[in-house]
Amino acid sequence: MAIIKVEDLVKRYNGTEAVRGVSFEVMEGETFSFLGPNGAGKTTTINILCTLLGFDSGTAMVNGYDCRRDAHKVRSSIGLVFQEVTLDNELTAYENLKFHCYMYNMEKRLSEERIEEILHVVGLFERRDDLVKKFSGGMKRRLEIARGLLHRPKVLFLDEPTLGLDPQTRSHVWEFIRKLKKSEGNTVFMTTHYMDEAEVSDRIAIIDRGQIIAFGSPDELKRGLKGDTIYLKTADDAKASSEIEAKFGLKPKRIEGGLALMVESGEKFIPRLFERLETGIVSVNLKRPSLEDVFINLTGREIRENQPAPRHRG
Amino acid sequence: MLSYKAIYVITLREFKRFFRQRGRLIVTAARPLIWLFIVGSGFTRLIDTDDSVQYIQFILPGIVGMTILFSSVFSTISVVWDREFGFLREMLVAPVSRVTIVFGKLLSGTALSVVQGAAILLVAPLLGLDVGITEFLVMIVLMFLVALAITAMGLFIASFLASLEGFNVIMNFIVLPMFFLSGALYPVGSLPPYIKVFAFINPLCYGVDAFKHVILPGQGRLTAEFPIWADLAFVSIFAVAFTFASAYVFERRK
Repeated sequence: MAIIKVEDLVKRYNGTEAVRGVSFEVMEGETFSFLGPNGAGKTTTINILCTLLGFDSGTAMVNGYDCRRDAHKVRSSIGLVFQEVTLDNELTAYENLKFHCYMYNMEKRLSEERIEEILHVVGLFERRDDLVKKFSGGMKRRLEIARGLLHRPKVLFLDEPTLGLDPQTRSHVWEFIRKLKKSEGNTVFMTTHYMDEAEVSDRIAIIDRGQIIAFGSPDELKRGLKGDTIYLKTADDAKASSEIEAKFGLKPKRIEGGLALMVESGEKFIPRLFERLETGIVSVNLKRPSLEDVFINLTGREIRENQPAPRHRG
Repeated sequence: MLSYKAIYVITLREFKRFFRQRGRLIVTAARPLIWLFIVGSGFTRLIDTDDSVQYIQFILPGIVGMTILFSSVFSTISVVWDREFGFLREMLVAPVSRVTIVFGKLLSGTALSVVQGAAILLVAPLLGLDVGITEFLVMIVLMFLVALAITAMGLFIASFLASLEGFNVIMNFIVLPMFFLSGALYPVGSLPPYIKVFAFINPLCYGVDAFKHVILPGQGRLTAEFPIWADLAFVSIFAVAFTFASAYVFERRK
């Protein structure tokens, strides 16, 4: 069953279209990622789905409710973790969660149970009576995700959940989201511009300049790119290179410390290589295409413009 | 339409924040006392009042009004604060109506002002004023009305402010003139006509005048200047008008 349904969504800001006719469906229970560079329209779409923003045309439905007409019911069905911190620093962890329970009209006894449960899950139970301003960035994020899950929403929206966190905290938060996903089982809709984060989702929509340019599971998307890369070290690279050219009709690229070879299916090619190559092989390394490669292939650009080029291209 | 639980918890949050911010507490307590005992006693020597009301006694209703004014405006700045620090989004995405959030902010701002105004009233006996339990209770009701009017006005203004920078402008061009044209430090009747006009559209002016009816009973040069029904009518009109206006603006803006 589709829990999120978006059809032909258009949002304009002062005449320019931030979201240009986006359509997609998210199934119940899946983890769905919106992957794209900054300014692609990810946050705009999430804000529309969360009823924080109106739109110009198209339809947006969450949990069977129209985001415009039944905004109230949509809001009861969702949990939201924003890009920036939206906790009250002057309140304790417990008080922040308690505030949320009241706003979501949760029954008193249920909310006490739930707060305790979720504080244990996020590992902040011992710190529940500390003011949030004493928390580290990672702890705040965890508390915020906990708050988003407090009322057992059907869909949890995560807008760039690890933005501004250091790599170690990022991986902690991720591990935590995965664990939560198992124990709570809700649909997760998130936006990210990190490839490795999108990689763990069931399905991905790649969005660029307000339009979805690719859609599918990470594997499906990568399969769309023809070819794996094989990195090869041999006893004599020059000799191996001409041998491969003669025997397989492929032209290896000379790279630092070996050869790089683009082939359609790496797993099938490697055994043949061992069988027929007379030059001794020192090591073989197979690199599957990454989502980064998918994005570059689709747009001719990298997702983060200011980043150095990836070392391997598919 | 209104979620009482949400209104309650928004109010509770503002109270917790207020009592936790020590700096704010100290300033709140010190400002009216400085006005009363430093400015007030200074001018008492200078100003020869002909009737039974001393200058320091005369300014007490005005200082209560000032306390409410600053407290209410400061409370509504929390909307701007919440917007800047993101907490407003936590409220906006919750399944409660915008009007509920407006009422929560109104009630918390009003209640905090009444608590502070009541605290200032406690010094009345030190000034030789006869404020008994009846006067105190009547003052609570009046202070509630005045605080509501000013909080609603503040909320209306705050919903247009995108950042805290605008706060200084508001302070200098709205809050201070409101205080100086409220009859707190001198009767508005003695102001030149072209300035008097501004006093007449100032809700705090009617509020302070109502306080004078209770705190400085009798007839004299320094007692209330308008009939009490006029004070109540003006303050009520301001309260209702700005409540609707702020609810309307909040509903439109997200």
